[in-house]
Amino acid sequence: MTGPVSKRLRIRSKNAGPFAITVDIFCPDNSTFVRVCNKLEISVVAALYAVPVDTVRRYEVSALNVLKFSFTRPVVQGSRFDRDMHGAQFAVLLEELGRP
Amino acid sequence: MTRVLVPSGALGLAFDRNALAAGISSHPDIIAIDGGSTDSGPFYLGSGQSKYSRAAIASDWRLLMEARARIGVPLVVGSAGTCGTDSTVGWMTDITRELARELGQQLRVALVKSSVDPAYLVQAWRAGTMAELADAPPLSAARLNELSNAVALMGVEQICAALETGADIIIAGRATDTATIAALPIRNGDSPGAAWHAAKVAECGALCSTDPLSGCVLVDVDDQGFEVGALAAQARCTPDSVAAHMLYENADPYILHEPGGFLDVSKASYVATSNGRVRVTGSSWIRSTAYRVKLEGAYLAGYQTTILAILRCRRYVKHAAEWATRLSRLVKNRIYTSMQLTDDDFDFETRLIGIDAALGHLETASVSPVEVGVLGIVTASSQELSLEIARLINPYMLHMPLKHDENLPTFAFPYSPAETPRGALYEFGLNHTLELDDPMQIFAVEVLQIGPGHD
Repeated sequence: MTGPVSKRLRIRSKNAGPFAITVDIFCPDNSTFVRVCNKLEISVVAALYAVPVDTVRRYEVSALNVLKFSFTRPVVQGSRFDRDMHGAQFAVLLEELGRP
Repeated sequence: MTRVLVPSGALGLAFDRNALAAGISSHPDIIAIDGGSTDSGPFYLGSGQSKYSRAAIASDWRLLMEARARIGVPLVVGSAGTCGTDSTVGWMTDITRELARELGQQLRVALVKSSVDPAYLVQAWRAGTMAELADAPPLSAARLNELSNAVALMGVEQICAALETGADIIIAGRATDTATIAALPIRNGDSPGAAWHAAKVAECGALCSTDPLSGCVLVDVDDQGFEVGALAAQARCTPDSVAAHMLYENADPYILHEPGGFLDVSKASYVATSNGRVRVTGSSWIRSTAYRVKLEGAYLAGYQTTILAILRCRRYVKHAAEWATRLSRLVKNRIYTSMQLTDDDFDFETRLIGIDAALGHLETASVSPVEVGVLGIVTASSQELSLEIARLINPYMLHMPLKHDENLPTFAFPYSPAETPRGALYEFGLNHTLELDDPMQIFAVEVLQIGPGHD
């Protein structure tokens, strides 16, 4: 996801309750959406967030050109080792995927 | 058709007064606002306190109480005081009582309580009426007994029971974000699929519009679908802004689980109507055979003290991770010998602000920062012990050299004392549902008369 098109992608992450994170990738148009869907398999996202592949759920919301991933929080929200209470910084890792 | 005014996504966040006035002049049948969430972490549920300041809540609530009095319809707040425990329902009631006196309003107030006694949950656990949701933490009867607080999330049935009392104001304990909005349309016989979907779209106020900070939205629910519009002059709802809200803080983009069933929006259609409004049809409510409510609970997990040092010298910035590892080793040895503690008695963790404090081992970037903040976090069984340990760590965080044979450095402490007692640490411990024979089985409605002359 490099090049000028990636700048128009908007990626957001947030808690979906205290035990899960959900990441929404808003694509500017259908061709970007198709390209992003082809690149981002569950295994890529599981590796990026160091979570088991079988806890990652993937949804292609084609009507909105949104690719969505939900996965078990690596650390429960607000527990002693949690570093990001709202889970909103997880999106950064996807934004920067493939950048030098 | 039932018209619901949602003044903002959360009580205490303020809202556009002109938008509220526009909403009131369109004669809604009910004003519904959400007062809580788990999103700010387990402290609020664990301690039974509100996240927002009393002043912020009172200033928003006063405007809503005045608006309600003008049109004579019910005003409902759900998840009162962030966590919705009986203690925060009481706190919200005190604020309401104070404002009623000031405003000279005589009010019938219904409270809906949703705290659950851990002993009750132990029985339910043994009886097999509790069920795990995805990602649920391990549970036992002994662990349930350790809960500081537990609540059950109410749905529309409990809000409707409070509406039955003819209350002017309803202060509800923990409720799903959507329940207060969906209740009256469902009670009036409008489409339950449309009511729940409208509620999900409107639960964060104007977040479903092009101007998320403007607050107020209005939903009209009928027997076929619903129409939603933002009330601030500059805000517009579009089919995409409305459809996209189903994604927000929701693991599944098409399904929303609620007490007694689930909402399915996979066949919903979104059409722009006039004046920046959107009409939605095709949402379905699938009623479940058993009536289940979601539970939330929090445990006390120790007491913390933090200490912050800032490394600015380039050599220490460059070797910050190595420095922090050495620091942990040295201070732990000092704690073992001077305080006769073991690893079971305390935890000391450092987070490097400027390196990987937000993402930890997941961090993929490595950019040289100007300075590094070293945040030391001590956790122990009491506040006094964690503070005592942090005091012992203090000179190391101020002066520890990278190598034993070099001059003593002195790093920057931003304030004195450098140690900050942080209070209790709580952790969420339930991601379960509870099956009920009757929706009111664990919820209680209480009616009060408040206002001048009633104390």
